[in-house]
Amino acid sequence: MRREFVQALVDEAKNDERIVLLTGDLGFAALEPFSEAYPNRFFNAGAAEQNMVGMATGLAEAGFTPYVYSISTFASMRPYEFIRNGPVLHGLPVRIVGTGEGVDYGHNGMTHYALEDVAIMRAQPGMAVVTPGASGQLGVVVHAIQQLQGPAYLRVSKQTITIPELDGRFELGRADQIVDGDDIAIIAMGGMAEYAIEASQLLAETGVSANVTAVASISPPPTEDLIALLNRVPVALTVEAHYITGGLGSLVAETIAENAISCKLIRAGVRELPLGISGGRDFMHNALGLRADRLAETAASALSTRQA
Amino acid sequence: MDTATIREAERIARTVRRVVIDQSRRANVGHIGSALSIAEMLAALYAGPLADVNANDPDRDRFVLSKGHAALGFYGALHARGRLSAEQLDSFCGDGTELVGHPEFQLADVDFSTGSLGQGLSMATGAALAARIAGSSRCVYALLSDAECNEGSVWEAAMFAAQQRLARLTILIDVNGQQALGYTKDVLDLEPLADRWESFGWSVQEVDGHDVGAIMSALAAGDTDGDPRPHVILCRTTFGKGVSFMESKIEWHYLPMSDQEYGLAVGELDGATR
Repeated sequence: MRREFVQALVDEAKNDERIVLLTGDLGFAALEPFSEAYPNRFFNAGAAEQNMVGMATGLAEAGFTPYVYSISTFASMRPYEFIRNGPVLHGLPVRIVGTGEGVDYGHNGMTHYALEDVAIMRAQPGMAVVTPGASGQLGVVVHAIQQLQGPAYLRVSKQTITIPELDGRFELGRADQIVDGDDIAIIAMGGMAEYAIEASQLLAETGVSANVTAVASISPPPTEDLIALLNRVPVALTVEAHYITGGLGSLVAETIAENAISCKLIRAGVRELPLGISGGRDFMHNALGLRADRLAETAASALSTRQA
Repeated sequence: MDTATIREAERIARTVRRVVIDQSRRANVGHIGSALSIAEMLAALYAGPLADVNANDPDRDRFVLSKGHAALGFYGALHARGRLSAEQLDSFCGDGTELVGHPEFQLADVDFSTGSLGQGLSMATGAALAARIAGSSRCVYALLSDAECNEGSVWEAAMFAAQQRLARLTILIDVNGQQALGYTKDVLDLEPLADRWESFGWSVQEVDGHDVGAIMSALAAGDTDGDPRPHVILCRTTFGKGVSFMESKIEWHYLPMSDQEYGLAVGELDGATR
């Protein structure tokens, strides 16, 4: 998705001279299309994320719309106080771009796993938080983010993810239904939408009709879409490459509780520090219960418990 | 520097000190010594390059008070230049005020909110980079404390500004040798501070931080010397300058004054004025 992000930014920058790209010395074989097209609007800030965000604040105050790029953990957590006291506090259009969701960085290990970035970004008022589910969304996502007056956090998967139903689809404050169904809603954040679709197919084979809805606009939240969905299914299963606290599962729980909706919620995600397990992305997703077959099992179990 | 400008700077510095003493007593707050030590630095900026800065002009020079805890001194300088009224000053640290204990950008003339040390230089560096990209000749000034250089992010910004040769970025550092809980030499020794900045690729000047003429000359030199490096002016100051019982005393980072101490302080400031 990061290449698609860069291409979208190159396209957007053609007609928008406010766009500046800063990197924290990351993006090899990814950022070149931008740095070659706009060498005067590209800066390597070095491995210095705090200063990168502080500088982006200064750039944005002067009318630019800086994008700061790094691996999600380094982009979100190292400079978090700079993000809060800079673009959030001043309401400035700085865009934080984190590459890698959840355990995307596989064998690189825990320091590279973005498991709480959405939670901390979602806590900040006025911060848009966007987690595309498919590479084909990046064009509309970047265009939508670029229109914002305030700050944004964009979390992109390290993988290229193809979901034809999501191509060209994205609207801030809206969710995207991919599969219709009545028995259970599988609500997915970011690249987990791919597994959710597969899980719905596995469930269909057993006669279970599963709705699949992707949430790329975490903030502003797709509240109306979620209320409508949660009111017509008895069980919802949220899926996120993130700790289960503070991300999509929490957002859906808040929506259920605040609107007194009668819907049981199961949250699939990372429940504890993933210590003692290490491996590639697929291995990790399997170990964490996020692969399609494990999601289908979780869904079937939730439905049987409810029926019992 | 012409005599009238020096006189104006000295007048601003006197106003800063008086505002700091009066308002910190009225509001019963501390950070007094930290604000007193930068009176001449603020005066040099607001009698010099920032004297007539238009807060509504997008191409104005920018100023970041990175040591945000000295906000009251900043408000004093703005008041001296007629940019803040006495009524506004009297709201300092009150309920619902725009004059917060650390400056916030909602107030005109505050370009960036500060208060968390180590963030202002990055913002200033970004502001200077923005001017460079936009092809503007506007300047960016930041005022840091010496102990603020404990923050690693200061050096991140220092490296970037030097790498990009942001010559229109000028910072003044209040080298008063103190921090919240001790003397800088006993906490994290900063010396040799000039060598450190020089080695990071900055043009370094060292001046008496209570000599407005020297500070203004250093500011002017930075503007005209053709040196492509960013500029730092190390202003050697006395913490709490102007109130003898506060000078170089650690406790006056935090303490508010009693009525008796306020009387003594005002007496000293009035005596110095006569």
